[in-house]
Amino acid sequence: MNLSTNYLGLKLKNPLVPSASPLSANVDKVKELEAYGAAAVVMYSLFEEQIQHESEELDTFLTAGTESFAEALSYFPLPEEFHNLEAEEYLKQISRLKEAVDIPVIASLNGVSTGGWMKYATNIQQAGADALELNIYYIPTDPEMTAEKVEQMYLDDLKTVKQNISIPVAIKLNPFFTAFANMAKKLDNAGADGLVLFNRFYQPDIDLNELEVVHDLEFSDSYEMRLPLRWMAILYGKVKASLALTTGIHTGEDVVKAVMAGADAAMMTSVLLMKGPRKLERMLEDLKSWMEVHEYESVQQMKGSMSYKAIAEPAAYERANYMKTLQSIK
Amino acid sequence: MQRKMVTIDGNEAAAYVAHKINEVIAIYPITPSSNMGEWADEYSAKGQKNIWGTIPSVTEMQSEGGASGAVHGALQAGALTTTFTASQGLLLMIPNMYKIAGELTSTVFHVSARSVAAQALSIFGDHSDVMAVRQTGFGLLASNSIQEVMDFALFSQAASLETRVPFVHFFDGFRSSHEVMKIEQLTMDDMRAMIDDNLVREHRARALNPEKPVLRGTAQNPDVFFQGRETVNLYYEKTPAIMQKAMDKFAGITGRQYKLFDYVGPKDAERIIVIMGSGAEAAQEAVEYLAAKGEKVGVIKVRLYRPFSIKDFIKAFPKTTKAIGVLDRTKEPGSIGEPLYQDVLAAFSEAQVEGFLPMAMPKIIGGRYGLSSKEFTPAMIKAVFDELKKDKPKNHFTVGINDDVSHTSLEYDHSFSAESDDVVRGMFYGLGADGTVGANKNSIKIIGEETDNYAQGYFVYDSKKSGSMTISHLRFGPRPIHSTYLINKASFVACHQFVFLEKYDILEKAVDGATFLLNAPYSKEEVWDKLPLHIQEQIINKKLKFYVIDAYHVAKETGMGQRINTIMQTCFFAISGVLPKEEAIAKIKNAIQKTYGKKGEQVVKMNFEAVDQTLANLHEIKVPAKATSTIKMQPAVPDEAPEFVKQVTAMIIAGKGDDIPVSKMPDDGTYPTATTKWEKRNVAMEVPVWDTELCIQCNKCANVCPHACIRPKVYDSKLLENAPSTFKSAKYRGKDFPEGSMYTLQVSVEDCTGCELCVEVCPVKDKQEPSKKAINMAPQIPLRETERKNWEFFMNIPDYDRAQLKIDSVKGSQFLRPLFEFSGACAGCGETPYVRLASQLFGDRMIIANATGCSSIYGGNLPTTPWAKDSNGRGPAWSNSLFEDNAEFGLGFRLTIDKHNEQAKEILAGLKKEVGEELTDEIINAVQKDEADIAEQRARVEQLKEKLKSIKKPEAVNLLSLADYLVKKSVWSMGGDGWAYDIGYGGLDHVIASGKNVNILVLDTEVYSNTGGQMSKATPTGAVAKFAAGGKPTPKKDLGMLALSYGNVYVARVAMGASDTQTLKAFIEAERYDGPSLIIAYSHCIAHGYNLKYGMTQQKLAVDSGYWPLFRYNPDLLKEGKNPLVLDSKAPKIPLKDYIYNETRYKMVIKMNPEAADKFLNYAQEQVNLNWKRYENLAKMDYSE
Repeated sequence: MNLSTNYLGLKLKNPLVPSASPLSANVDKVKELEAYGAAAVVMYSLFEEQIQHESEELDTFLTAGTESFAEALSYFPLPEEFHNLEAEEYLKQISRLKEAVDIPVIASLNGVSTGGWMKYATNIQQAGADALELNIYYIPTDPEMTAEKVEQMYLDDLKTVKQNISIPVAIKLNPFFTAFANMAKKLDNAGADGLVLFNRFYQPDIDLNELEVVHDLEFSDSYEMRLPLRWMAILYGKVKASLALTTGIHTGEDVVKAVMAGADAAMMTSVLLMKGPRKLERMLEDLKSWMEVHEYESVQQMKGSMSYKAIAEPAAYERANYMKTLQSIK
Repeated sequence: MQRKMVTIDGNEAAAYVAHKINEVIAIYPITPSSNMGEWADEYSAKGQKNIWGTIPSVTEMQSEGGASGAVHGALQAGALTTTFTASQGLLLMIPNMYKIAGELTSTVFHVSARSVAAQALSIFGDHSDVMAVRQTGFGLLASNSIQEVMDFALFSQAASLETRVPFVHFFDGFRSSHEVMKIEQLTMDDMRAMIDDNLVREHRARALNPEKPVLRGTAQNPDVFFQGRETVNLYYEKTPAIMQKAMDKFAGITGRQYKLFDYVGPKDAERIIVIMGSGAEAAQEAVEYLAAKGEKVGVIKVRLYRPFSIKDFIKAFPKTTKAIGVLDRTKEPGSIGEPLYQDVLAAFSEAQVEGFLPMAMPKIIGGRYGLSSKEFTPAMIKAVFDELKKDKPKNHFTVGINDDVSHTSLEYDHSFSAESDDVVRGMFYGLGADGTVGANKNSIKIIGEETDNYAQGYFVYDSKKSGSMTISHLRFGPRPIHSTYLINKASFVACHQFVFLEKYDILEKAVDGATFLLNAPYSKEEVWDKLPLHIQEQIINKKLKFYVIDAYHVAKETGMGQRINTIMQTCFFAISGVLPKEEAIAKIKNAIQKTYGKKGEQVVKMNFEAVDQTLANLHEIKVPAKATSTIKMQPAVPDEAPEFVKQVTAMIIAGKGDDIPVSKMPDDGTYPTATTKWEKRNVAMEVPVWDTELCIQCNKCANVCPHACIRPKVYDSKLLENAPSTFKSAKYRGKDFPEGSMYTLQVSVEDCTGCELCVEVCPVKDKQEPSKKAINMAPQIPLRETERKNWEFFMNIPDYDRAQLKIDSVKGSQFLRPLFEFSGACAGCGETPYVRLASQLFGDRMIIANATGCSSIYGGNLPTTPWAKDSNGRGPAWSNSLFEDNAEFGLGFRLTIDKHNEQAKEILAGLKKEVGEELTDEIINAVQKDEADIAEQRARVEQLKEKLKSIKKPEAVNLLSLADYLVKKSVWSMGGDGWAYDIGYGGLDHVIASGKNVNILVLDTEVYSNTGGQMSKATPTGAVAKFAAGGKPTPKKDLGMLALSYGNVYVARVAMGASDTQTLKAFIEAERYDGPSLIIAYSHCIAHGYNLKYGMTQQKLAVDSGYWPLFRYNPDLLKEGKNPLVLDSKAPKIPLKDYIYNETRYKMVIKMNPEAADKFLNYAQEQVNLNWKRYENLAKMDYSE
């Protein structure tokens, strides 16, 4: 049985790829993931904004109150240098992971400035990452901001990165585009090596006692897979870029579904955080036994078999509301 | 050989050398020497090695006494050892100094000489400390400039090794310790060449060593002690020659020749000044100027003061000498004269008697100058030379002040200047927070290190810690600069804060044709009309070139926030012409990269952006021909202020303190309280505004206010009749006051520092718009006038009767009038809310011993002080003794009060018949537990006083002077953790063991805050502090646990932000407990590194994490068979990291050494868990049997 798949031009031994999560901050955990069958690993995201914030924060608080009062011209000893104000730790982690495991290591980057995208993408490539996943998100709260401008921003960021590095670049997307398929196509045309569907955001909640907006992240469940599944099925065959499905993949069967919809890779985090890296082993076994039982020889064979263009009733992916099942009258 | 030119201050110069020629360094922070220890620690932390290739060990001790003990021990064990200190610190070392010298031990102590506290404490420079150790046997070597500090630090060590006489190498505090100057840096090779390794090995060979044991430190008897003391004479006799030899050798290496006594002036000078320290530099400048004009004047700079070589001294004088003025920077009341004067007299008379005086006996007079860094200028030096011309010059004079009491002072011509015109002299007025000083330090470095110019910088700071003004004095010129005094004729004046224009005469020192740079929040078209009249007039009359920039606008645009340093620095370079513009900008950017580079690219980028945006926004203003402004300078204090405040305090506020004559100063250091209210500082950009509708009247805002600026009052509605139209009030919610009472929460916007603690703590949120609270911040300026009137009206509403208030609730306690208000503490200070609370609860019968530190500075630094009085004129009586003795100082108060109370009762009992039996018994047996009891006792004592006046017995007169002691007094010792955990711990321990009723309040900021954040034993695991640069590896001392081990001490640990009720309870219980009480109060601090508006939130997290368990240990509960320990907080509910990683002091470790941070966190978390268990178990113990 051939489980191998091709994602971003990387040959993966199977479609199972742990997506960006804190697990990748720990080399031993990544080794475990590899041992239990992960075909590649996406690292936690490098946030340019956080780096900028840390730099400004240090400067602000190490300078606060200095040179104001004769007895206390400063309040802190200043070390020779600070580490990790330029993401050294992240870059080192890429190298550490590359040394520790044989599977491809895909870095993840969230930039906020053109300079930042350029600089960190280049650094990530230099540190040895096999590919880069751009974690772009933008909540367009400004009513003056048009869809065109938002889309252009995504495209510009992608182009900036593509121009500066030679490793494959995937882009992790959110589903909130008016014409998602068109957007995907544009990104594809702009040179994206892969599209990752979808980014799962922290969603705000209201704390009724404190009257405050709070954020937390709840683990996904298999049901949440439905949204990316639909768009995966729709996009399959319509773009050159590799496709990865993320969000809601919890079981071997979920992997089967993802692949059938057209995914080159099936990515997961919640399940690994809940059940531990070992869960991968089980998912892989389930995938294999499902294929055995149903007599599939390879992942390639399954890929896209339930996509929009492959199924008999593509309208099934178009329906958004319940109607009495309509049989084709033609 | 080409040596590196560096632009550094004296402390760095001394520490640089000391670190390289020693093996062990033991220190303790004290201003102005702290930085030397910090530098040494930093060098070692960075792995810098000494000339023998090893990294010196730097250890912070618990006091200077401790440091000198450790130094003595390290020396005895054979290490080359040093320490850095000043003032009281040096005095604490005296006992060990006798020992070290008596044992002929080579060492050099580097001392930034500072005033010793007498009528007042002063952190500034004079020689009273070093003069107090001249009898110890230490040699004394004075360096006068930054270059000399570096040079002398080296050859003093060389000489000490050869002579075996230890040295104090001293230089003037602040003037030399903090002056930044371009100097030539000594190299490691220079140091190796100067320090003879054979002598080092000899030093080591004299060490205590069990391989060849000896014994030192015997006890001797009348038979031999005397002879033993005389053994050292030969060593001292040869010391001057050896020192000169070292100086000569040094000259051979560096080309800089020094003499034991250096003479500057013409060979035929007749009038000579003898002086040591930085003043000698100004004297040299004056002499060179006057001599060039043909005056026969000279100066002798005394370098080696002890051992004093008469022969070398006499030899230094021109044979033409006729009159000598000896200048001492110290005061020795009651002496024949100050020490240097006496030595000079003795030297000349001995020379004459011994027959080696090469001239007729000159006239010799002595005088004092420059105490506590008082300015000492060429004008004053000229006055001394002029005096020496007289037939009968004034002896025992003073110069630099107006002594209209004992008429010692010499007149001097204020306009006299010896400075050359080719020196650029710039004065920069800034706010502490705007980064002006930092930028100027950078500018000096740029000019000093990148051009051929010599450069000097000196910085004058404020006595307040919030909204403080800084004045930078910068000089650049083609020759070495000897001007060791502030600029008084400026060719460049920059005012970085527009508000200063109305408060100070910024242009007073500007010379004709000078350049004036102003940061103004106005366009170039508007700005002229916004200037006050005196500024317009001076710009016109002095023909100033006038430039303007809206730096805050540029800062905002470029993400710099409130920091305009880079922008103003760029302006300076753009218009001063010190460097070509393009070159200057490149160098500024280079400096930015150096300064900020390590903090990440973002910060560098922002600063670059600011530089680039500056030039487009800098404008030269065409000056109109006529001054038209109607804006006048504001008086420093209002007209209704008391006479003393108007005559003295106001002068100090206005920056004219130097002009106050002796007659206006209190003779004994006694000052009126309640003076901060006269100094309206208007430092807040935004202030809280009360929402009458939303407010639930909980008074929590008032309870957290560090500056007592937000206050509630309840009053009868009738009082509102004459209220200003904007005065706000609301119906009182609650039933504890008469029906129909009104409530007002008033903010003193002119005293508020804008910290926002009150807004953060406000528990109310608007239902429609939850971002709105019952108090919200709003810009201050539009509110200033109306709120000033409202505050005045509010303050005239009578305070509610103390006896009627429910002071055991937070709400009730806040109706008590704060008797600690508007201090100079930092905005958002975590200490002062506790201090203010204590003043409310007990202030009208409180006597306070305050340990030196932040609380003594914001509590007692002139011009104005925050301890206040109630409407009866009662209030806290306050004093600061020292840093180390504060618990004992408080105990002394207690002993006297108890004795006086006892005596009063004894006399009263004897006068029972005359006073009346009932009143006598009531007074003697009064239980004074609560406010009502105390009010009754006060009434009885008033009655007694009335009666006593008519009793014609000496006992009655006597009792009258003691009667006040029949009313309960509340004795408090308060101070920081540096005092309580470290330097004062021995005393604190003794006082709590005494069983006496002293209340001790420890304001625990977990570092020495006042001296800039050095580690104390209160510093927690993993926090960065000075001397714990990598994070403190050891745990915080549990002072509470130590204290409660006595069993009879009331102990509480409190954190107002976690439980204000528990804090209040603890204060009331501690005060009521008739025995020693200790309150350890969590005090957030600027040295913790986060936005202090979240101070109370952090306190809560500290408690929630279990790091700071709240408890009260009340021995009175034992009598009821109860467990005296009550835990007032719950088991840890959040991980420690959720608390500590909000603070830079912890977080920066992650950015320095992530692995260490991990280790610290785990260890600290284990400690938290363990501590909690320990407290929990103790609190569970059953005491019922």
